[in-house]
Amino acid sequence: MAGLAEISEAVIRGDDEQVDRLTKQAIADEISAKNILDDGLIAGMGTVGERFKAHEIFLPDVLMAAKAMYAGMDNLRPLLIKEGVPSLGKIVIGTVQGDLHDIGKNLVAIMLKGAGFDVIDLGNDVAPESFVETAKEHGASIIGMSALLTTTMPVMKSVVECVEKEGLAGKVRTIVGGAPVSKDFAAQIGADAYGFDAANAVDRVKCLISEN
Amino acid sequence: MTGILQFMPAEVLPSRDAVLENQGIAPGTVVTKEIDALCRTAIDVLEATAVPVGVMEEISEDDFRGIYDGEGRNEPRTPVADVYMQADHLALFAVTLGKQPEAEIAKRFQSNDFALASMLDAAASAAADRLAGLAEHRYERNLRERGCVTETTGVLRYSPGYCGWDISGQKRLFAFVHPDRIGLILRDSFLMEPLKSVSGLIIAGLRNIHDRPDTYPFCDRCETHGCRKRFRALTK
Repeated sequence: MAGLAEISEAVIRGDDEQVDRLTKQAIADEISAKNILDDGLIAGMGTVGERFKAHEIFLPDVLMAAKAMYAGMDNLRPLLIKEGVPSLGKIVIGTVQGDLHDIGKNLVAIMLKGAGFDVIDLGNDVAPESFVETAKEHGASIIGMSALLTTTMPVMKSVVECVEKEGLAGKVRTIVGGAPVSKDFAAQIGADAYGFDAANAVDRVKCLISEN
Repeated sequence: MTGILQFMPAEVLPSRDAVLENQGIAPGTVVTKEIDALCRTAIDVLEATAVPVGVMEEISEDDFRGIYDGEGRNEPRTPVADVYMQADHLALFAVTLGKQPEAEIAKRFQSNDFALASMLDAAASAAADRLAGLAEHRYERNLRERGCVTETTGVLRYSPGYCGWDISGQKRLFAFVHPDRIGLILRDSFLMEPLKSVSGLIIAGLRNIHDRPDTYPFCDRCETHGCRKRFRALTK
């Protein structure tokens, strides 16, 4: 019988093969998909996130753990859908129009998924309307935007304005991040939150979801 | 000095410390064997995929003035403005690692190999910076061959988007240098494609003209003060 603590430990070690094997075993042992997810995979990633924030481990450690978690998620996904298990929240994320830098955005998406969120990644060079239309279409409550160029930061304001124009202010919250972006800029354009790095972005999204 | 610059992939390979530093790991930090292996793999992939190339055009002070003014968005005072007018020689340049490293990064992300993708991105960024340094050295060597370098000469590069020289300065820089010759294009947002590319101005003149205090108004917003490190490297 596969223990959930064992799964959690394998995630922390970034051992994707072991996570794959243990989640399959847990499913065979008829442990519910939600339990495996919450007490195995997400619990492991939670520990990894805390250790990263405490500077005990480094970014590659987090990303190896994320790969391990995804190996488990691949096994659980059909069951989670079948059992109708809701995610912590749905987030639309992308790098804004005119910008192709997506490493930072990818890291945020990976860590949000690791924390149990449902992430719709629109990629890079995303038009303001696409963020909002996708949020409406999928019932997402958060839009996350990334920019690495000062010249593309104004697009973030356009997205916030587009949310307001569609009458979604308060229902769909916005969070911004990226090297040239600051907390002051976020406030200036009316964004609901600013994440200074991937781990912080996850914390901010959790706050936004709980406020909703 | 004018034309296309060719480089070997092995020339641009970054050090282990430079790659790890781009991952937020300070030089000298002890890391796990897994992280070390990732770093080695990333550098190997980079060597196999990078096609480093550049373009360079010498430019007069008068011609550069028009390019520097760009779209009129520079800070009122900048190191470049303060330095270039004291220069003996100026050259505009653009360098790129080519498209393939980015394709490799995207491929790794798509296959959930996040740690390697991120490490490869860090390695490519460090390599692009190293490539810009090689272009700078190439120009210095050319000046030396022409008898234009003395013991007091300092050659240093500056890029739009940094230290008050607005990123929009790239538009006129590209119009002068024509990096499309090496497959490098500039988007309307002033984003260079491929992403792992660097453009800028190389200034050669008395070493001390580069010694600018980091007390410009925008220096308060700078987290690295890397200009001081670059100047110190120049004086070694």
